[in-house]
Amino acid sequence: MTITLESSCSLSPQVALRPEPFGALAYHYGNRRLVFLKHPDVVAVVKNLANHPTVGATLDACGIAAERRASFLAALDNLTKSEIIHVG
Amino acid sequence: MSADSLVSQLKRGLDAPICLTWELTYACNLQCIHCLSSSGQRDPRELTTAQAKAVIDELRDLQVFYINIGGGEPMIRRDFFDIITHSVDNSIGVKFSTNGAYIDGENARRLAAMDYLDIQISLDGTDAATNDAVRGAGSFDTAIAAMENLARANFGPFKISVVVTRHNVAQLDDFKALADSYGAQLRITRLRPAGRGADTWHALHPTADQQIDIYRWLLGHGENVLTGDSFFHLNALGEPLPGLNLCGAGRVVCLIDPLGDVYACPFVLHDEFRAGSVLDPGGFTKVWRESALFTSLREPESAGACASCGSYDACQGGCMAAKFFTGLPLDGPDPECVSGHGEELLSASTATAPRPTKDHSRPVSLTRKPVRT
Repeated sequence: MTITLESSCSLSPQVALRPEPFGALAYHYGNRRLVFLKHPDVVAVVKNLANHPTVGATLDACGIAAERRASFLAALDNLTKSEIIHVG
Repeated sequence: MSADSLVSQLKRGLDAPICLTWELTYACNLQCIHCLSSSGQRDPRELTTAQAKAVIDELRDLQVFYINIGGGEPMIRRDFFDIITHSVDNSIGVKFSTNGAYIDGENARRLAAMDYLDIQISLDGTDAATNDAVRGAGSFDTAIAAMENLARANFGPFKISVVVTRHNVAQLDDFKALADSYGAQLRITRLRPAGRGADTWHALHPTADQQIDIYRWLLGHGENVLTGDSFFHLNALGEPLPGLNLCGAGRVVCLIDPLGDVYACPFVLHDEFRAGSVLDPGGFTKVWRESALFTSLREPESAGACASCGSYDACQGGCMAAKFFTGLPLDGPDPECVSGHGEELLSASTATAPRPTKDHSRPVSLTRKPVRT
């Protein structure tokens, strides 16, 4: 796991998000990967990453309860692997 | 949210397709014997440049991320570059399938200079004899020449796209090696009995033993080999293959034909699966969201004759198009059901399989004069 609450992250400028009932589709124009963001809260977090200094601050701002943080960190970690979000 | 409920959401359809195939023309320099769209001759009713660009504008507004362009041979259209440039300029990536005949040095450099462009060169054998038996004399050399031109132009990783038949299953490793030698990506897809393939499927489709070979080979190669999720009927053999295990027809995929007619998927060019036209009032968007056909495809399907089979959740009853064009009921087994239920039905069936509705094959002339080139 590379993402922690202290990580600073942002959505890749090469990614477009398309709202869907389940959350959103994320498409990376560079690596052509299509990723399902499977919950509206994940979409809100991903969109807001760049507005806050750390992942923890973003989760707070999006009202993500403490018990859900581990699953959000795992989800964000996966999104770094597909280059949908960048660390730093 | 679990993966299961994502799949059930996808089955109910999205506001816009994820994967849209657009066949730009029925004109083709080849006459492949398994052609899904029975291509050969241009249809005078094909969309004009302006109409095609209007479709792209609509797809941009729907946030379709990329389109799969095919044909026919799409590069035959004189406005081919105009259309794909308009698409890329509107943030719609283009993947196009070609036999390579028009990828000379100059076009290869032009293609290499574009962003958001993927090219799939069709090849159905790793030697001329195997390939040309399906795709026509000289087509192997043509495809290889196109790959050489793309490599020389530094296009980057193009794709080699293979339709798996009983004659090339044994070449899967060779296809992979060929792709690797160009730094290309291998894509293998399932032979469907659509278009001219309706006539040749029975002689070309992989045998039951070969299906097991394909499954094992795909499991061994994981996500390094692309499949367009076309082999999900093989999931009944065990561990699922990578990809979404569902028929996306009318739910997440569809096809626009050269005339602008919208079909549920690229493998069902038949009136029964025509949802409307991009030229209808309301355009593509209305067809996608409101057509009676697509609405019905998004309703829960019945497992029908497969309901008592323990593998139904794994294979989902297979491919609608494969069933339709072999004359099998849509709520029953796939003709290539790995448990053999499809074969049993096929051999017992007295039903006449539906014929493809459109046929743009070139007429066979018995008095054809020699072609001078």
